[in-house]
Amino acid sequence: MAAPAADVPAYLKRRARWSPLEIAFWILAFASIWLFPGKYLILKDTAILALFALSLDLILGYAGIISLGQAAFFGVAGYFSGLVAKHGIIEEPVIALVCSGLVAGALGFVTSFLVLRGSDLTRLMVTLGVSLMLGEIANRFSNITGGADGLQGVTIAPILGRFRFDLYGHNGYVYCLIVLFVCFVLARRIVHSPFGLSLRAVKGNVLRAATIGIPVKWRLVSIYTVSAGFAGLAGALLTQTTAFCSLDVFSLERSADLLLVLIIGGTGYLYGGLIGAVIYRLLQDWIADLTPQYWQFWIGLVLVVIVLVGRERMAGWIAAARAVAYRVGARLMPRSGAPLRTAADMDR
Amino acid sequence: MLTILFDGVAYGMLLFVLACGLSVTLGLMNFINLAHGAFAMAGGYCTVILVNNLGVPFALGLPIAFLVAALIGGLFERTLYVHVYARSHLDQVLFTIGLVFMAVAGVDYTMGSSQRFVQIPEALQGQFDVFGIGMGKYRLLIIVICGLLTIALQLVLAKTRFGSRLRAAVDDQRVARGLGINVGAVFGITFALGSGLAGLGGALGAEILGLDPTFPLKYIIYFLIVVTVGGTSSITGPFFASILLGIGDVAGKYYVPKLGAFVIYAIMIVVLIWRPQGLFARSAAR
Amino acid sequence: MPILETIGLEKRFDGILAAHEVNLAVEKGARHALIGPNGAGKTTVINLLTGLLRPTAGRIVLEGRDITDVVPHKRVRLGMARTFQINQLFLDLTPLESIGLVVSERLGAGADWWRLVGTKSAVTDEIVEIAERFRLGDVLHERTAILPYGKQRLLEIALAFACRPRVLLLDEPAAGVPEAERHELLATIEALPAAVTVLLIEHDMDLVFSFADRISVLVNGALFVDGAPEEVARDPRVKAVYLGEELDV
Repeated sequence: MAAPAADVPAYLKRRARWSPLEIAFWILAFASIWLFPGKYLILKDTAILALFALSLDLILGYAGIISLGQAAFFGVAGYFSGLVAKHGIIEEPVIALVCSGLVAGALGFVTSFLVLRGSDLTRLMVTLGVSLMLGEIANRFSNITGGADGLQGVTIAPILGRFRFDLYGHNGYVYCLIVLFVCFVLARRIVHSPFGLSLRAVKGNVLRAATIGIPVKWRLVSIYTVSAGFAGLAGALLTQTTAFCSLDVFSLERSADLLLVLIIGGTGYLYGGLIGAVIYRLLQDWIADLTPQYWQFWIGLVLVVIVLVGRERMAGWIAAARAVAYRVGARLMPRSGAPLRTAADMDR
Repeated sequence: MLTILFDGVAYGMLLFVLACGLSVTLGLMNFINLAHGAFAMAGGYCTVILVNNLGVPFALGLPIAFLVAALIGGLFERTLYVHVYARSHLDQVLFTIGLVFMAVAGVDYTMGSSQRFVQIPEALQGQFDVFGIGMGKYRLLIIVICGLLTIALQLVLAKTRFGSRLRAAVDDQRVARGLGINVGAVFGITFALGSGLAGLGGALGAEILGLDPTFPLKYIIYFLIVVTVGGTSSITGPFFASILLGIGDVAGKYYVPKLGAFVIYAIMIVVLIWRPQGLFARSAAR
Repeated sequence: MPILETIGLEKRFDGILAAHEVNLAVEKGARHALIGPNGAGKTTVINLLTGLLRPTAGRIVLEGRDITDVVPHKRVRLGMARTFQINQLFLDLTPLESIGLVVSERLGAGADWWRLVGTKSAVTDEIVEIAERFRLGDVLHERTAILPYGKQRLLEIALAFACRPRVLLLDEPAAGVPEAERHELLATIEALPAAVTVLLIEHDMDLVFSFADRISVLVNGALFVDGAPEEVARDPRVKAVYLGEELDV
């Protein structure tokens, strides 16, 4: 009747293990460096978008915080990394990257207290308001930021002194992909930790979470800060790989597109942002071929249709697809088994 | 200085007319409609076409803008919005953002992306000089029209049967339904009226706020600030909030030009820190 | 000294007095029942005790310490936990995860972000122990949302119990549980350790009289009668309140 004590830790550890599908995903991701030599720029954009979407998934998918303001952190780190490179304050890109992430994280920490007060609407308001306000600031101080023309004259030193950012984007892509992977591993660790579990509890039932002793506010502040840091890393990567930064990093469109990416891919399992980013870019390419100027119209239509069709229905399709994929994976590598096992499995 | 006050009040009242529909929608159906600005834009462009291209007199252009926006609002409500009422706030946000994108791109395609101006009749150009206060005639018109609208709204809410049904439904939807109030119909009419007012505001405000396809995206944050600061449980809340924000914005831009635009954001943040439900909301949360 | 005490507790909602001059004293190790007609304010009292509502007057004392101003999640750490009348569970988590969460938080490991769930044996051992006590062993890995109601109710209590409270507040634990599953639930409540003080709100008089060693009757927000079960059962005023008879005074 009862699961023997030895089984419980083993079960939990097995669940956290990297599934064959995940391993295949990352092998493919890194193999793309050699598989698609002409497409580095698109791939790099996708990797940056994936990291950006991952940051939103951490707060939306795991903690239930609706935010239209991730662009704030993206933009602040973007300008920060551009400015430190332009004025020679931090030459080494990796150090600049880390610092930009920390700056974005600090901003996230400071604004988190405002974001966590009040209802969904006030959250939307505050997140959107902060990013638009930062955009205004960047616009006003155009002598520093370049204003509407964007930050010009940025030159990025070679990574670790050796790898230059070349025209074809090869080194840029590898750089972004590595950063994405490192951040992903970190996110994965967080999500499978007791901390991550407490976030899911807060998202599921905040009342009960408080009454079983979870300090809800501090957990949310923590994940919001981490998420801001990730978004900042994405923004800094964009500036570093393009040697440019402009005001649209703060725009409502960027935050809205991010939501769309995450909705397409699905929230709450970490890969949603990554898969969504790939699909979004493919969609963008395809639609841009059809009607280059009115991309926004089709994006709007996709959003409306997705909502009308129903995200639960779509999540159901995604879950069904994942179940099939797991079964296929289990058949290919029989020993590791599927992550979710029922009580019936345990008794065998 | 009084001129600034005057301009600020005009701007504030314009904001109120634009945003009150959003406030009531949110308070009534707990529905976040980020596409609200699109109805304002519709009204604005409608007036532009009527007055500039078709030679319709300005005085007629305004009510027609109201009607057109109200009709579009009512139509969208019955056909599109009604499907997402029961959804989560995230879904509502996504849905209405999608609509805004479509509206913005659609208007860009049909009307071009340059800023449009309404040809204001000569009688409304220039300003009066009253006790040393320079009152722009157009701004005076705005204050008069918006003031009348506000009074009319208060009367409708307080004195008519529809108004009491609306107030009941805002207060507690379930109980209102239980009393036999057709909440769906109330909402449909209210949504249409709110959109109509937005359209009227868009038409009136084209001169002051600037009308181009990105209008809904530029101004949604201001409407949201009005709603957040003013709360959603009354008309007076957003009214005073709008006046406060209008004066704050105009005064800020005049006295501190570099940072003027932030006064509005700063007010929002201060209010949200102090009273997350808004300055004028009831203390009982829904 | 009582382990849990309220002194002059009052809660006013804009003119409605939901709780008035409530002086409750719960002895250590007691099985104390709080009964009363619907709308008497019993859940309000529990909400005040756990900090979900702030009293408009009065004090709450737990183990000699004034907790009137302590936030809910800290009261849990001070040794008081509750269940809800309507299940408040984590529907997407399994009982294993839910119980593990509570235990983990209690042991101070809840904020660990670098360690995988399940790698602390102190936690996993305790999960199994609690699961066995609450007869959840066979459903440990099912999603809470698909569990039968009786099991969900057991989980509801298990979560509160996993906080290892010294005072456990049960809000109508038997409410809505189908006949077939009641026995399991009642047996589990009976088997709660003697060291844990239990304050129970219930309508089910069989459970109340078989379980409680002290009963307080709450009517219209005020304590009406307070005493041993036999006294309360015999008291004509209590019968009048429940049956609506005229008081012969």
